[in-house]
Amino acid sequence: MNGRMAFPPWATALMLLALAAFVVLVVLSIRRNRGFRRTLFSFPYSLWIVVFTIIPLLLIGYYAFTDRMGQFTLDNFKTFWDSNFEMNKQLTQLGFDPAALGSARGTVNVDTLVYSLWMALACTLICLLIGYPAALFMADRNFRLGSTLVILFIIPMWMNFLLRTIAWMSLLEDNGLINTLLKALGLPKAQLMYNSQAVLLGMVYNYLPFMVFPIYNSLSKQDRRLTEASMDLGANPALTFLKVTMPLSLPGVVSGITMVFMPSVTTFFIPRVLGGGNTEMFGDLIERTFLSADNWNVGSALSLIMMVLILLSLSLLRKVDPEGEGGSMI
Amino acid sequence: MKKLATLLLSALLLLSALPALAQGGGVVNVFNWEDYINEDVIAMFEEETGIKVNYMRFTLNEDMMVQVRTSPGAFDVVFPSDYAIERMIAEDLLQPIDFAKVPNAENTLDWLKNPDYDPENRYSVPYMWGTVGILYDTTRVKGPVDSWGALFDEQYKGEVFMMDSPRDTLGVALKYLGYSVNSKNPQEIQAAANLLIGQKQKGIVKAYQVDETKDKMVAGEGILALVWSGDAQYAINLNPDLAYVVPREGSNVWVDGMVIPAQAKNPENAQAFIDFLCRPDIAQLNCEYIEYSSPNAGAIALMGEEYTTNENLNPSQETIDNCEFFHDNNDVKVLYDTFWGMVKNAK
Repeated sequence: MNGRMAFPPWATALMLLALAAFVVLVVLSIRRNRGFRRTLFSFPYSLWIVVFTIIPLLLIGYYAFTDRMGQFTLDNFKTFWDSNFEMNKQLTQLGFDPAALGSARGTVNVDTLVYSLWMALACTLICLLIGYPAALFMADRNFRLGSTLVILFIIPMWMNFLLRTIAWMSLLEDNGLINTLLKALGLPKAQLMYNSQAVLLGMVYNYLPFMVFPIYNSLSKQDRRLTEASMDLGANPALTFLKVTMPLSLPGVVSGITMVFMPSVTTFFIPRVLGGGNTEMFGDLIERTFLSADNWNVGSALSLIMMVLILLSLSLLRKVDPEGEGGSMI
Repeated sequence: MKKLATLLLSALLLLSALPALAQGGGVVNVFNWEDYINEDVIAMFEEETGIKVNYMRFTLNEDMMVQVRTSPGAFDVVFPSDYAIERMIAEDLLQPIDFAKVPNAENTLDWLKNPDYDPENRYSVPYMWGTVGILYDTTRVKGPVDSWGALFDEQYKGEVFMMDSPRDTLGVALKYLGYSVNSKNPQEIQAAANLLIGQKQKGIVKAYQVDETKDKMVAGEGILALVWSGDAQYAINLNPDLAYVVPREGSNVWVDGMVIPAQAKNPENAQAFIDFLCRPDIAQLNCEYIEYSSPNAGAIALMGEEYTTNENLNPSQETIDNCEFFHDNNDVKVLYDTFWGMVKNAK
């Protein structure tokens, strides 16, 4: 327990190696081609990927499977299953019997993950229920204002999401806009903030555009003649929607679900601001483990578990939309 | 081709030489908390001494310590809190200060001269200090507030802000139960956590937050809040209905000090900088800007009655003696963090 270690030396070496390789590659390619060639254009981005994605991923893997001394261990994953694991280990080391605290398995980490998954599911469902009709409405070609509405949907996204979330506070607070209005109408004050519902509201608000746009995109790309043909053949509008419009929009729906579900599971900050830190989501847990608990090893294990979960759900969704057609927008 | 290679090489060389150049002459690399100095002071120091200040900021003791460990030569003056100073001394990260070169350190208040986090007073000079207490809305409290018990009182259901910080919040619960804020006894820590879990389950807690609380209290969003004295003073200045108290059970008193890392490249300049900050007029400028308590007798004399009569900034010796410093708790930190996780996720 000697505090946190510095980056392992091989990470620094790897970073330097990547940089050196980059310089060598650039020089070589200029020499060989006696000038700049197209392949050269990919170098900045490859370097970016290596330094900011691949090496950090390797580091997360390294920390997840080692202890503070850099020795291989699976304890970090045991800590995920039993959040008291690290504590009990330390207690035993200090000569104190953990059983005296009556502590069975600590469920904090698993509970937080389950809670995050439920919240993400609820958020995705609400976004779908609001987003699909909205997309349908905007994509309707008989509706002139459709594209204006799209712009209106995009405009709030120009502002940073942190600011937009903080702005919600002044609406929901005890002395906020909504409660002031309620009071003016002679209605009782409502506790709108510092609970799970407020967090869910913040999530839906932030992620709704990610549901609307892919669906809107796949709907507006549809060949109008298909619906006309369906009507000509005697189907009523409801049947046309069920048999033609909706199946064709499925790739957009899948893409929307992906783009809402992923960030929802990893949500953090929103629970702290709108939920008042009363319930943590998995993202908050990882942040707290890294910063306040100062445990990069367990934090990395938690991150790794989350990444695996996301990969799994991604591959599940891929089965529904093998061509990945819906992912064209954003 | 050769030209390009030469160009690249010389550019690389130049780049690697830059830090060396910067550290060669009159430079001091300062690593302080976010928003924790009157910026005019930096300019004044540069003007008076000709030493250039490289000013960097941190927000967490833990982050700061990682930085000092991984790049030991990067900083000349650092501003850790009490328990962090203790930890850094234990890890041999600091060098003794040559007090002959810091004559103004003499201005330090007597009770802060040999603090128990730096018992022989060799490594640190206090910069600011303060207490932890309750900020409350005098118009809405039912009865006097002089005990931590108020934070656990069901008549304030849904109106209490706690601190989103394991050490501070668990420390208060420990104190209320009659234990030390530095308790290493697992059963005591567990009892404190259970008290906080009960408080949360009864719906007394409105939110766990740190920086947001002061503005929320100014806006009347809560009745009671666990805060640091400086935040309390900030809130009281904006809303005179608020008041601050250090409960009778005692509390935590903390100090942020100035230290010189063991491998600092410019210890002489570091000493000059520390000495400058200890000069009464400069300490006054900083104190009036930051609004925490000053450890500097000279500055306090300059600020006069406005400071000395302010109980929040200048608590009585009795109150101070009733408080404890935080100590390095590295061997039981995982206990605090684990129990804190249970509090944060209790439903």
